Order: sequence, then structure tokens, then C-alpha cells
Amino acid sequence: MPVSSAADGTPVWRRTTRRRALLAWFAWLMLVALVVAAWNEMTRDTIWAFVWDAPGQAADIGTRMLPPRWSYAGELLRPLWDTLAIATLGTLLALPIAVPVAVLAARNTTPSATLVRPLALLIIVASRSINSLIWALLLVTVLGPGVLAGIVAIALRSVGFMGKLIYEAIEEIDPAPVEAMQATGASALQVMDYGIVPQVMPAFAGITVFRWDINIRESAVVGLVGAGGIGLSLEASLNTLAWSQVSLILLVILATVLVSEWVSAKVRHAII
Amino acid sequence: MLRIEGLQKQYRTGDAALRGVDLVVPAGEVIGLIGPSGAGKSTLIRCVNRLVEPTAGRIFLGDDEVTGASRRALRRLRRRMGMIFQEFALVERLTVMENVLAGRLGAVPFWRSLTRRFPPEDVRNAFATLDRVGLLDHVDKRADALSGGQRQRVGIARALLQDPDLLLIDEPTASLDPKTSRQIMRLIGEVCAERRLAAVVNIHDVALAQMFLGRIVGLKAGEVVYDGPSAGLDATVLTRIYGEEDWTRTARSADGEPDDAAPAAPAPAPRLLRAAAE
Repeated sequence: MPVSSAADGTPVWRRTTRRRALLAWFAWLMLVALVVAAWNEMTRDTIWAFVWDAPGQAADIGTRMLPPRWSYAGELLRPLWDTLAIATLGTLLALPIAVPVAVLAARNTTPSATLVRPLALLIIVASRSINSLIWALLLVTVLGPGVLAGIVAIALRSVGFMGKLIYEAIEEIDPAPVEAMQATGASALQVMDYGIVPQVMPAFAGITVFRWDINIRESAVVGLVGAGGIGLSLEASLNTLAWSQVSLILLVILATVLVSEWVSAKVRHAII
Repeated sequence: MLRIEGLQKQYRTGDAALRGVDLVVPAGEVIGLIGPSGAGKSTLIRCVNRLVEPTAGRIFLGDDEVTGASRRALRRLRRRMGMIFQEFALVERLTVMENVLAGRLGAVPFWRSLTRRFPPEDVRNAFATLDRVGLLDHVDKRADALSGGQRQRVGIARALLQDPDLLLIDEPTASLDPKTSRQIMRLIGEVCAERRLAAVVNIHDVALAQMFLGRIVGLKAGEVVYDGPSAGLDATVLTRIYGEEDWTRTARSADGEPDDAAPAAPAPAPRLLRAAAE
């Protein structure tokens, strides 16, 4: 350790050894080099005339966006409802898959750490590594365009997210009540019901509402590729360059997200 | 009631926690298990109901062998052994009543426990037991709303509701203040006497053990180094169990009144100071 003695024999303490300090400097140097290299890569293919022009373009679109076309709002109610339905049903559909996967993935509940656990983790990683937009793209080609593709896309993406957070919550429980339940001669299911479920419940509810909140935002996007909801209207408006409608849709999405965040915060607060 | 023969436990890390322990606890006898930290007290108690799997040796509850029992048989045997924990091990978010009824889990089918529809007799028993431990007013509270002493009473009630033959009690007072510790130890002694329960009590506090327990088993480095009456715990014996230390004040308290009134527990501070000065 970085304790040495000076010439007069008094002990000297440093936080790190010289070797570690050098390594840290080298790591920082590499980071700077990486930033420079990335910058070069990025600027090579940039057409700078467009970039210099950007403020003017943005201002132009801004003026076309304002004022929002309020009369269009009536036509948005139905897609908005679809969006909420996609988010809610997608979350509900994900639950019965995410919970068993989480139980199988948690170190302290998995029936086999060598066989079942890696499989459950694979399901979680696979679901998480694919964005819901890409799930939606795939599903629109398989199921055809519409709300159903959106629901399944949202659900498939949510399984990984909720599965991961729930299995982490299961792994963090206090093992003492579990031991106590086992000591009474309870069966494995009873141990789960009494020893584990009550401890995981608050986290579980919080995770579900949190994911629902995220899904409202994501379900607005999956419509862009034809999976139903307000994203469909957004795509249509973008394609027809109806900027005043685009701004209204963005406002509606913003308002919806605000409301859903408020709801999820309330619910989480009430549960914990 | 409990018979342990040549019990050994070697943890996967290679630490030998128990090196051949023999112990017999007849029905109705409450014994204290003392020893320094790491002597294997908790391991021993957990081996009895196989929360920890023994490496070698045999354990009998009555005439039934615990070691080598199948999963089903083990569950049935565990029903006959109530366990009480240092940190109470209650399910914090469940009510007192649910925690106590959890003692019946081994005897009740899954759907009944899931819907919390326990047999009426169990519920009657739970009320009576909660009355016995003095918690009848707290039936509907959540476990995390109780004080330490109250929680341990819930733990005791849960163990009693199993209608066990044997209680395994792991450091019941280590998380409690001195007064509550005495109340809990007295309660344990009383209920064991009422129901003629055998019990093994792990306990840190030598003075408390002498006060409430008749027979003491001293464990050191996984071996029994003393098995005899608590009155026999003198300085020599304590040195054998715990190692060299000034035991005169602790040992003397054994001759004193076995009652709360006697300031039996020696204040640790002066002892430590003296040890440091030597």
C-alpha cells in the first residue's frame, strides 16, 4: 500500500501508489484522444453549409409551427386514447411474463443457478437490447400495422426492463424472514408468499408504474412506424409538412407525459 | 427430546464450524449455549432444523432422525421445532396476526395460507398465544410498527403457534435493552415450563444465562468444553470457554440472587479498562 517512510523515518501516506496514479493519467489521456478522434470522424462527413444554415431553418420551421392548429385537437382524441391503451395494455401484458422471469433470474429464488438463471437473464437481456421502436418495426411486418403491434412491441420491451428491476429487488430482500418461514416447515410457495412477496411488493408496484410512465412516451413513438396511436398522426402530419399540426401533437404528448408522471409519482408515494 | 451425535459442519470456505458435538436435551429442559463469537453456536442451532446442512453426524428429534430426512419429512420435522431469531425475522409489512399465523404454514395447505383463511382453531390459538405474550392490543398492527421487545414477543408467539416439541432460540436478547432482555428471557422460561418444551438458547450474555437457565453448554471453536449447571460457571470454566480475561465479577454474580433486582450484569466498561491497563 502507498505507505512509505521518508528519509528521516516518519511514515508517509499517499492515496494511491505512483503506479496507480500513472495509470489514471493514462486513462484520462486515452479519453481525450478518443474525444478528438470521434470529433474528427463526425466532422468529416458533415456538410457545413447546412450546419451554418441551421438557425435560419429552425426559425423558419418555428414560424410555420406557430400558432398550433388548435382545431386539429378533436381529431387527436382517438389516437391519444389508443396511445394510452397501448401503454397500459403493453405494461399489463408484460407483467405475467416479467414476474416469473424475475423469480427465475434472482439468485435467491432461482431453481437452478447454472441452468435456469442464465436462460432467464438471456430473456431479459434480449428484451432490453432491442428498442421498442425496432420491436414495433418487426411486429408491424409480422402482425400488420395497428394497435396490436404497438401493444406487443411495448410489452416485449417492458419484460426485460421490469424483469431486471424486479429480480434485483428480489435479490435485495432481507433473508431472515425467508429463513423464519422455512423454519416453520412451510413449502417453497408458502415461503415465497409470506417471506418474499411482502418484501418485494413496494418495489414491484413502483417499477410497474414507472414502466407504465415510460411506456406512454414510447407508445407515442411506435406509431411512427405504423403501430397505432398518436405517433401515426405525427407521421402523417410530418409527411404533409403540416407543421402547425406537428406542434399541437408535440404539445399533447408533453401534456400527457406530465400527467402520467404526476400519476406515477402519486402512486409510488402512496405505496411506499 | 433432542439428541445430537458427532455433529460436524465444515463450510465451503473450509472453516470448520463444528468439530464433533454431542448433546442431549431431554423434554422440558431449557439449556443455554454460550461461547465466543464464531464458536459455532448459530451453526449448531441451524443444523438442528437443517437451515444449515450438517457435514457429518446425526440429529434426532424424539425418535425421528432429522439428518438424512427427505424434503417432505424434513418439513414435517420442522413443524415440531419452533425457531426464535436475534433480529426477530418478522415479515415487516405483514400484520402481527399474519406473522403469528405464519407459524402454522407447515400445517396448512397453500391456498389457505394464500387467502389467509386459516382454520378457526389456529386463529383461536393465535389470539390465545398473543394474549399470553401480552400483545392482544396489537393484533392488527403492522410488525414494523412495534418496538423491539414487542417484535420478539411476536417471534415467540409465532414459534409457539407451531405447537412445537423443541424451541431453537438464537440470541433472543442481543438486539434488546437489558430490561426487555430479562422480560423476554423470563417469558421464554415460563412458556417452556408451561408447555414442557425443550429449548436450546444461544446467548451472549453470561450473566443473563446464569440468571434464567439451569444448564449451560459452553462451546469453543466448534467443540463442547463445558456442560453442566449454570452455577458451575466459575472463572476457570469461563476462561476455558472464552479465554483469558478477568472473570471474577461475572463469576461472582452466579452466586448472587437469580433475580432482576440484583444488578447482576457487570458493566463491561471497567472490565475493558482493566484489561487494557494490564
